[in-house]
Amino acid sequence: MKSAIILFPGSNREGDVFRALRQASGREPAIVWHADTDLPSGTDLVVLPGGFSYGDYLRCGAIAGRANIMDAVRAHAARGGLTLGICNGFQILCESGLLPGVLMRNRDLRFVCKMQRLKVERADTAFTRAYGSGQIVKVAIAHGEGNYTADDETLRRIEGEGRVAFRYCDAAGQVGGAANPNGSMNDIAGIYSDKLNVLGLMPHPENLIDPLVGGIDGTGMFASLAAA
Amino acid sequence: MKARVTVTLKNGVLDPQGKAIEGALKSLGVVGVAGVRQGKVFDIEVEGDDRGKAEAALKQAAEKLLANLVVENYRVDIV
Repeated sequence: MKSAIILFPGSNREGDVFRALRQASGREPAIVWHADTDLPSGTDLVVLPGGFSYGDYLRCGAIAGRANIMDAVRAHAARGGLTLGICNGFQILCESGLLPGVLMRNRDLRFVCKMQRLKVERADTAFTRAYGSGQIVKVAIAHGEGNYTADDETLRRIEGEGRVAFRYCDAAGQVGGAANPNGSMNDIAGIYSDKLNVLGLMPHPENLIDPLVGGIDGTGMFASLAAA
Repeated sequence: MKARVTVTLKNGVLDPQGKAIEGALKSLGVVGVAGVRQGKVFDIEVEGDDRGKAEAALKQAAEKLLANLVVENYRVDIV
């Protein structure tokens, strides 16, 4: 698998994604600067990493979502190319129109940084085949604007088309309630595009790939992608 | 030409920041505040003096970048 990580001014999780992809695929991803206009030829997977692109100015992901490279990312996604946005990358995918909805300020106005359980909604996509459907995984979250919001019609469409990738739950697998860290509608932690080739999620699976840092539940996503 | 673009949250979109400001005003003893919705103001200097062109440019600016039309409305005022 040939992957490319897009680097924006203010990205800061590109190294974590780099390690996770190298560990899973045995190949080093390319790092692509936001001002470039093309992806390396033969790119199978594009990753928009976490961080604070453009200092979160205007709205999180708003300026990065309109960067030069995003035209190439849109074309890649339109061809069915795999595209993954993590945390700020999810915000960028929403701002660029590649995914519906928006990530608003957390319900409690606090930046939340902790371990979080997620329920894997479906295990039949290029991102989740190494997981089981309904599996509960432990990953990290670290965001101030992760409150997924969409209008009723969009929400109904996403749910109806099976495009919710992950929901916030507790260790027992109970979805929502106190386990929802940011007020996201329907406890949504991540969503797919209509063709399931674009995934955006707030949590950081790339940070849970080594027992040294508290777990390896994140490896499933990168193993799935490496095998896709 | 000077213009102002005002971006506000659409009705029905939860505004936790507005709620927090409302709470802070109450705790400061400011009476009579029934609700607060926060938004953004952009003061923009437009080139030339063609009002129609300015309005078109500002509409484009608002729709392409300044507002996220999923949750926000905008208003353009040329002053």
